[in-house]
Amino acid sequence: MATTMAGTAEDTTTAAPAARVEHVSKSFPAPGAPGGRQLVLDDITLDVAPGEFVTLLGASGCGKSTLLNLVAGLDRPSAGTIGTDGRPALMFQEHALFPWLTAGKNIELALKLRGVGKPERRQEAERLLELVRLKDAHGKRVHELSGGMRQRVALARALAQDSRLLLMDEPFAALDAITRDVLHEELTRIWRETGLSVLFVTHNVREAVRLAQRVVLLSSRPGRVARQWTVDLPQPRRLEDAAVAELSAEITEELRGEIRRHGQH
Amino acid sequence: MASTEKTAGVTGTTAAPQDPDDLAGLEAGLDALDAAQTVRTPLRDTLLRKVLPPVTAVALVLVVWQILVWAEVAPPYKLASPSDVWGEVRAAWLQGTLLDYIWTSVSRGLLGFLLALVIGTPLGLLVARVSFVRAAIGPILSGLQSLPSVAWVPPAVIWLGLNDSMMFAVILLGAVPSIANGLVAGIDQIPPLFLRAGRTLGATGLRGARYIVMPAALPGYVAGLKQGWAFSWRSLMAAEIIASSPDLGVGLGQLLENGRNNSSMPQVFLAILLILCVGIAIDLLIFSPLERRVLRGRGLLVSR
Repeated sequence: MATTMAGTAEDTTTAAPAARVEHVSKSFPAPGAPGGRQLVLDDITLDVAPGEFVTLLGASGCGKSTLLNLVAGLDRPSAGTIGTDGRPALMFQEHALFPWLTAGKNIELALKLRGVGKPERRQEAERLLELVRLKDAHGKRVHELSGGMRQRVALARALAQDSRLLLMDEPFAALDAITRDVLHEELTRIWRETGLSVLFVTHNVREAVRLAQRVVLLSSRPGRVARQWTVDLPQPRRLEDAAVAELSAEITEELRGEIRRHGQH
Repeated sequence: MASTEKTAGVTGTTAAPQDPDDLAGLEAGLDALDAAQTVRTPLRDTLLRKVLPPVTAVALVLVVWQILVWAEVAPPYKLASPSDVWGEVRAAWLQGTLLDYIWTSVSRGLLGFLLALVIGTPLGLLVARVSFVRAAIGPILSGLQSLPSVAWVPPAVIWLGLNDSMMFAVILLGAVPSIANGLVAGIDQIPPLFLRAGRTLGATGLRGARYIVMPAALPGYVAGLKQGWAFSWRSLMAAEIIASSPDLGVGLGQLLENGRNNSSMPQVFLAILLILCVGIAIDLLIFSPLERRVLRGRGLLVSR
């Protein structure tokens, strides 16, 4: 069912990975720390295969958001290299939709910045809204949408970038449980329909297991790849599935061990 | 890589049946429950809640004013009665000079304001985005706002003489800092998340300024414009009161000064009333609707 893998991901496909993270370290200036710098990520090596769904899991302070920012190109690593196929799309915990535009115009702005011509923009925005099942939301203002609808528009806007890699930074953490559950299902469906590669950051073990083909556990301070699991369960899965629960329990135990180490010194 | 169709390896539970229509229905239900309801208030409520209170207040002021006149708290040359002021309005209207007074000042004020807009906007962008410029003139720009614009009238008269350019110079010195500072505040208050989101979408450099920074800063900018108009109007009145010349035509400020020279209290009251009314009218007709539109579009307007 679930197998622990070696430190590096197996390269099962011959195609170039959607994202390749090689020996990446990141440190930030910190006056109190030894050497004046705080090491946040330490020698991370991680590949995301084309079409693969990977979740990055870790307790607070493991640098998972930092790693995502590096892959997104919003920040530079202190050491190591990161390679992506084009500019990845990025979704945040907050919807980050622009309040001065309607839902549809938010998507059209992403298309415009990508260089899509004016006649096709409207049509493509309608198609993407339909994909996230918000056909009638084109003219709606952001504040008129519920939290779940906003995240779906944000997903549609991310998809409008037409990137092969979608980065997600705890995108459902601020939603209520029922909405989150529905959006898990929706994301799985869209991922399977589009064949995107997804790198999904979360601190929620069950969410990680439910969504991913591979779960990567990061240790904290500094962040290192502690262990990886391939999740060989068929989709669609549900949070309540016994198999999901069983693997979640195993991963949680490992995560607790990681956290406990920090209390010992 | 795991195949998503593979069913081997599942123990115990079977996955829940994935009926796409079921998920769609569930989602539609959630959307309907969660989405904000927007209701428009009927006209009668608007009249009752927005128009009635100020009308009542004005009526009260008139009543108190008339009572004070009847009680003869001050001699008539100091306290003109409402009917005297009304007579002054009628006389000016019948002579055809009333609209001339107003237009002389309003055209000056609006033209000066537009000039201030053209200068203040790029200046604000520069101060907000270029740290050297901000360090150099940012504090001066904020400080200028607290300098009463009447202080600029004497030097402006010496530099430019008694003409319209001198009026515009005083308006610019009063309004440009407000407009520029409003834009700077608007840009400073942009949530960093919007800038990050813009960068991931590819809006960097000038495209970032056009598609992200300017629209995101719009509420602060509009607030700056509103204040900029108030400063324009006040500066202009100061200039008109102090600098009078037959070449300049009679604006509202000069009307006030003429009233004082003629010891005509009704005329002084008339001028003050007109200055107040024009300031309020321009704000109500142009800036308040603009501000409400911007805020309502973003869901930032809470109806009270």
